[in-house]
Amino acid sequence: MNFENQGVIKRLADQYGSENLTVVLGNSEANGVEVFAETVTEGDPSYAGPLAGVALKIPVYHVLEQEVMNEVPENLRDEKLQLSSLVIDIEPMHQLLQTARDKI
Amino acid sequence: MSENKEGIKPVRVGIEGVFYSLTHVPDLVRYGSKPLRELRANPVLREQLTKHLRDFAAATAYAPHQVYIGNIAPDKLGELPKPWFVKLIEGANPQGRFGALVNQDQFYASMAGADQFDLVTLEEKWFHERGARYPLGQRQPRLGSAPEVRNLCDKGALPLYSGERLAGAFQAGHEEDANLVADILLENIAAKVTAAHSLRALLDNLSVNAEEIDFVISCSEEAVGDRYNRGGGNLAKAIAENVGCVNASGCDTKAFCAGPMYAMVHGASLIQSGVAKKVAVVAGGSLAKLGMKFESHLKTNMPVLEDVLGSFAVILAPAKPDQVCMRLDSAAFHPVRGGSSPQAMAEYLAEKPLAKLGMKLTDVDRYGVELHNPEITVPSGSGDVPRTNYLTLAALAVMRGQIQKNQMEDFVRRRGMVGYAPTQGHIPSAIVYLGHALDALRSGAIRNALLMAKGSLFLGRMTQLSDGCSFLVDRNEV
Amino acid sequence: MQKGKKIIAIGERDGVPGPIIAECLEGAGYEVVFQVTECFV
Repeated sequence: MNFENQGVIKRLADQYGSENLTVVLGNSEANGVEVFAETVTEGDPSYAGPLAGVALKIPVYHVLEQEVMNEVPENLRDEKLQLSSLVIDIEPMHQLLQTARDKI
Repeated sequence: MSENKEGIKPVRVGIEGVFYSLTHVPDLVRYGSKPLRELRANPVLREQLTKHLRDFAAATAYAPHQVYIGNIAPDKLGELPKPWFVKLIEGANPQGRFGALVNQDQFYASMAGADQFDLVTLEEKWFHERGARYPLGQRQPRLGSAPEVRNLCDKGALPLYSGERLAGAFQAGHEEDANLVADILLENIAAKVTAAHSLRALLDNLSVNAEEIDFVISCSEEAVGDRYNRGGGNLAKAIAENVGCVNASGCDTKAFCAGPMYAMVHGASLIQSGVAKKVAVVAGGSLAKLGMKFESHLKTNMPVLEDVLGSFAVILAPAKPDQVCMRLDSAAFHPVRGGSSPQAMAEYLAEKPLAKLGMKLTDVDRYGVELHNPEITVPSGSGDVPRTNYLTLAALAVMRGQIQKNQMEDFVRRRGMVGYAPTQGHIPSAIVYLGHALDALRSGAIRNALLMAKGSLFLGRMTQLSDGCSFLVDRNEV
Repeated sequence: MQKGKKIIAIGERDGVPGPIIAECLEGAGYEVVFQVTECFV
């Protein structure tokens, strides 16, 4: 994850407390999801950014996961997320993210 | 010829030709934005980086590069054994059907030849052994002895290496102006000379005299200016001068990675309106993007694949019978109201302009999207950009009932292609496909191609919006 | 997802961009404290 964004997340965790935050991702591929999820839970896996060695343990979702989609109003879902749900294969991402959330 | 809706009168501008240069600069990777920062923070990376640089022969024989310069068709790339950086192409030629690989020696020499402000000093022995054989234009290079060059570097000039050898130094253009430091001027002159190389080669290929060009548009990504005019621009005119287009003026078109597509629309509009008769649209390479993902390449024990500057030149003129043309009546943009969704982008850049021409998404034989080489992007978790773009178009076709969901992969295979361009920003963004599109259109293998590019305007922090530009290419009536 | 949590939306230009995630989560009744779109290329 971009170092600038890692820094912002770290500051927000300091400001609000990790327990009051949730990260929602929009990655197009599972590989990216895996790296981003680890970054906001266990720390930057590349050990290079502001979240290197910093385990924020923030619960992380992908916007296309059922848990999130179920809460988005139908008209917004159809208009803004329908196409992405055809493009992005959410199943492997869901597995990765559920594992990350269970570890918290 | 595309089938035309009743009542539609096509507006066509002729594409005379295109040329793509790929300038291999392994010893400048260290000055790419990401390597520059990372090597400063962690000097131990310098040695690792050096160990993972490849030579000119390896860059030439790299399959995606052979596709880029026109020696291998994009369809073929998907069939070639991987990893491409291991399974090099035997007998690969640095000259291509519509492109060429340029080596670092020639690039250093051409920088010295293009430099009018004593920025570049080449070490005299290196120059006579390695640089003098290349054409420099009218300007004599500034030469210095090895101690003189080392002294310049000690005083803050950027060292220009050729392997272990110190080949030259690149100085700042001003003592105080932050916009004229050596890093920035190096980026800018790299864009200038790589664009000039492409234009010169294209003029040669087409047997067109430089004097015939009456307008040059540059869509390079650099900001050329000083502290009062940070992005003043008009690199186009500097390129025109360098190439000898003495009857041309020019200007820059800037729109992040969608720049080339806009530049083509602008250039074609100048032709169509009669304001110009022969327009060159050019872009130089992006030095800042060298080694962008180098860390992931080191981690996976790959060579640093982002060691090349990509540039191109196109010449536009009034349409001739049977010629491959831009359909100016298909030019499409993404309006402010479009917002940020990928669906809106695909609607504005593909669905709507096609509908205007009486076409469906399935009436396009080939889409040229953002064709970044997945071998570069996948190891860093950035994904397969072309594939995601093609799936987006396929998904829209599903939503419109033009194909079934189980036909999406087929849509991607038939109308898409594997990415082959280096991660040079504006270069992979659709325009890179024009060369192969011209071939396929001339042979009749396809009737049309839709080129569509996107620009990430939000990176400049002036808007959250994305942007895009597209147009169709097809053949003129006989 | 737990209601009442503040949302950080990290989008991807070619996936689901930040403003879209934010719009959808706001529509679902959440407060979005930060949204950004990453562009990898």
